[in-house]
Amino acid sequence: MLAIDIKNLTKTYKTGTKALKGINLQVEEGDFFALLGANGAGKTTIIGILTALVSKTAGQVKVFEYDLDKNINQVKNQIGVVPQEFNFNMFEKVIDIIVAQAGYYGISREIALPKANFLLEKLGLADKKNVVSRTLSGGMKRRLMIARGLIHEPRLLILDEPTAGVDVELRHGMWEFLNELNTKGTTILLTTHYLEEVEQLCQNAAIIKEGQIIKNDSVKNLLKSLDKETYVIETENLSKQNLKLKSFKTNFIDVNTFEVIVEKKNSLNELIMELSQANIKVNGIRPKGNRLEEMFLDILSKK
Amino acid sequence: MSFTQNLIAFVTIARKEIVRFMRIWSQTLLPPVITQSLYFIIFGAFIGSQVKDINGIKYMAFLVPGLVMMGVINASFANVVSSFFGNKFQRNIEELLVSPTPNWVIIAGFVAGGVLRGLIVGIIIFALSFLFVQPEITNIFLIFIFIFLTAVVFSLGGLINGILATKFDDVSIFPTFILTPLTYLGGVFYSIQSLPEVWQNVSKLNPVLYMINGFRYGFFGDKASDVNIWISLIMLAVSSIILYIICNTLLNKGTGLRS
Repeated sequence: MLAIDIKNLTKTYKTGTKALKGINLQVEEGDFFALLGANGAGKTTIIGILTALVSKTAGQVKVFEYDLDKNINQVKNQIGVVPQEFNFNMFEKVIDIIVAQAGYYGISREIALPKANFLLEKLGLADKKNVVSRTLSGGMKRRLMIARGLIHEPRLLILDEPTAGVDVELRHGMWEFLNELNTKGTTILLTTHYLEEVEQLCQNAAIIKEGQIIKNDSVKNLLKSLDKETYVIETENLSKQNLKLKSFKTNFIDVNTFEVIVEKKNSLNELIMELSQANIKVNGIRPKGNRLEEMFLDILSKK
Repeated sequence: MSFTQNLIAFVTIARKEIVRFMRIWSQTLLPPVITQSLYFIIFGAFIGSQVKDINGIKYMAFLVPGLVMMGVINASFANVVSSFFGNKFQRNIEELLVSPTPNWVIIAGFVAGGVLRGLIVGIIIFALSFLFVQPEITNIFLIFIFIFLTAVVFSLGGLINGILATKFDDVSIFPTFILTPLTYLGGVFYSIQSLPEVWQNVSKLNPVLYMINGFRYGFFGDKASDVNIWISLIMLAVSSIILYIICNTLLNKGTGLRS
């Protein structure tokens, strides 16, 4: 079954901005799906439409076969959302925020309280449950929104940049939690700027640019499509003039560092051979950035 | 959602509203008590002692229903407008909008908060009046109906204001420029019979006059009311329905809430 089925979705805001220009997107049930794109590409508009916070201009949206136009309440019941910006009452206690959210879905306090305690425990917020939410750190606030989004046990969890501003250790903890959730059957739609996150977590991804989907494939295939990779080489006392490699493009950074672009047709062995033929002493070699990040930038610059 | 689920959602919203205004009681419950006490002292005790009885009712006693109603009107309106706009401003209204809670439940929840704050303020002011005058009650049922329906009307009004407001200034424009003049000119401090006929007729266009007079009727019966009690009741009921329809339409359209 499709968790999300979007056909010819368009959105033009009152200001005249065309945020979505005929989006088609299908996400299978059980998938961990990434929606990637630069700021203003239309990711948050898609999420806004799915969660009924933004009205669509045209097109069809179905969530677990429920049509947004005909069965809006069933659609809402299937979705839990963790927005990009903090949108809870900063003067309320953590536990009250989560239990109230359950109430909006018709879940009584008696049922919601143990569930909320369980989620807070899982997300490492158990000792903060009676704390006023504004006193939480940024990472804690994000986890509070995840707990709130999950209180009614949605089949589809939408996360709009959930790890923005979260430190590395916490981020890895959150990945573990989301992975566990996905393994248990929750479909997850994620937008993020950390492409390492996508490589670690997601099975499929779509890249959106200026309101249109320009790539939609498995993360594996997207990585395969990467036709070059940049490596950073650390060396000693190198001058720009000495830096000449036959088969590779290089980019001088400073006397101790330069970049090499290795295309798919070349192997790293060839690079190492050429470096040694050129009498360049290599102290270290590492990929410049995340592979998906390179692919992402490559795709965005091509289209 | 089923009836029970709707009831749970309603109780959740109402509970949040009540907790909110009780938590900040020094901003929500105390100020009207202080203001109305000053009215009792200045208009009732100091000036009122020099004013002759109105249709056989002591001026201080005449003042009580008007001041109670004034407190109820301001409290119920202010509660809903500030709470709803605050929810919009902080964006936590989205918690409700992404949920399957029907719009009529959202309206009922916010109105319940406004009505309860209005009633609490009204009861405190009425209790305060005991310090100045012995209360006279003719029809407790009418007193309750009028105070309740007035609180509903102004809570709905506050909700409409909250939905339409886009900045903090918009929250205070209606109370300052419309609500306050209508209340002060709605017979809180005087009977319109003391006005020239032209102004009596103009006053009869003011809906607040009917609310205050209907409420006053519950205390003193026929002798204190400037308008027909049934017209007052029908007007209140019709206003509630019209304002509810406006609220529901605005929420259905997502005015000020959805882009």
